[in-house]
Amino acid sequence: MNIGAALKTRRGRIILLVVVLATVLLCGVGVFGGEELPVISLAAEDIPLPFSVPVFGNHIPNTLPSTWLTMIILILIALAYNRSLRKDGPPSRIRIAVEALAEVMLDFMENAVGEKARLFFPLVATFFLFIAVSNWCGILPGFGSVGVYAVHHGAPAEHVDDEHAEEVASTEHEEEGGHENLALVPFFRSANAHLSTTLALALISVAAAQYFGFRALGISYLDKYFNFRASSPKPDPATQKGLEGIISKMARGMEILINGIVGLLEIILEALKVLPFSFRLFGNIFAGEVLLFVVSYLFAFVFPLIFLGLELFVGLIQGLIFAMLTLVFFSIATTSHHGEEH
Amino acid sequence: MWPEGVESVKIAATALTIMFGVIFPAFSIGWIGSKAMEAIGRNPEASGGILTSMILAAALAEAIAIYALVVALAIKFA
Repeated sequence: MNIGAALKTRRGRIILLVVVLATVLLCGVGVFGGEELPVISLAAEDIPLPFSVPVFGNHIPNTLPSTWLTMIILILIALAYNRSLRKDGPPSRIRIAVEALAEVMLDFMENAVGEKARLFFPLVATFFLFIAVSNWCGILPGFGSVGVYAVHHGAPAEHVDDEHAEEVASTEHEEEGGHENLALVPFFRSANAHLSTTLALALISVAAAQYFGFRALGISYLDKYFNFRASSPKPDPATQKGLEGIISKMARGMEILINGIVGLLEIILEALKVLPFSFRLFGNIFAGEVLLFVVSYLFAFVFPLIFLGLELFVGLIQGLIFAMLTLVFFSIATTSHHGEEH
Repeated sequence: MWPEGVESVKIAATALTIMFGVIFPAFSIGWIGSKAMEAIGRNPEASGGILTSMILAAALAEAIAIYALVVALAIKFA
């Protein structure tokens, strides 16, 4: 069957359209009213463990295995590149690929910030690679679908009749908790769909900006925050007396005060930067996950492809945005505060 | 048919949150895009830098819509 030839005739086009539509509709509609919608919870679900681990206790959050998977992938690529460096002869494919990727990222950063890109390159490139790879791992098959039935804090408890609810609640507190909210706890969940992961990345980003600022400017990096000075020079007491002197001193005093308050506000703003960073990444990835769950519940076969493609794109773009914003904030932190305006 | 009490308020709150939360970010991303295109039209050589700045600004504007989405999801699912 030659699709190219079929597309040329009107009859062929109509038949092709009918066949494609029929396939899509028949495959998709067949699972309406099938299995139940997976339980979607904002917080990461806990995988119960038969043993106890130091920080978490009897369970680990199910985004942790996804983080490990991302780390394993990146570390394996790095090790393979390292091994390929020791070979003689023409460069192998892994070496060409990794070096091309690094060159593209470095070029992009040099276009954005100039010479300092070499200083920022390791951290920013790591942010980009980690976020992009972990987002892409989140759409692998098995994420969100393979798991164990366990107590799931987001699951709705079994429906008790309204008249009996108060009696049950008051007398059988403990029993109600264990029995009824059993749901599927997936072993893997997209790593950035947990606010802890994104918060950690955001904290590292903001802390690293402060570190780079101190490293580049020394202690005078604090001039950005404690800026108690004015643009006009201190008035000489001999030349300015009387009303003129008083007004100019007052104006200078006001300027110092306002600059100081703005500087202190900068500290608060800098700390607040953590919130948009973490929530942007978390919101995008979690919303994508919810979208994929719902669309896979409605249509089993063809339509989820579109949304998987969207998730592929969004995952990459979010990594890019996080890295770019981090780079911009690093660059702002390392430029000298004075010399621009005064 | 509709759930009683808090459940129905939760559903209404979810829908209204996301409804009103994305209006202004949608406008702002459109404005950013249109200004960027004007700038590229005036100076096609600088289109690389303009594109980067546009994507940066669009991401910052989109983050506001994402906050609304996170609040809506938090109301619904937590």
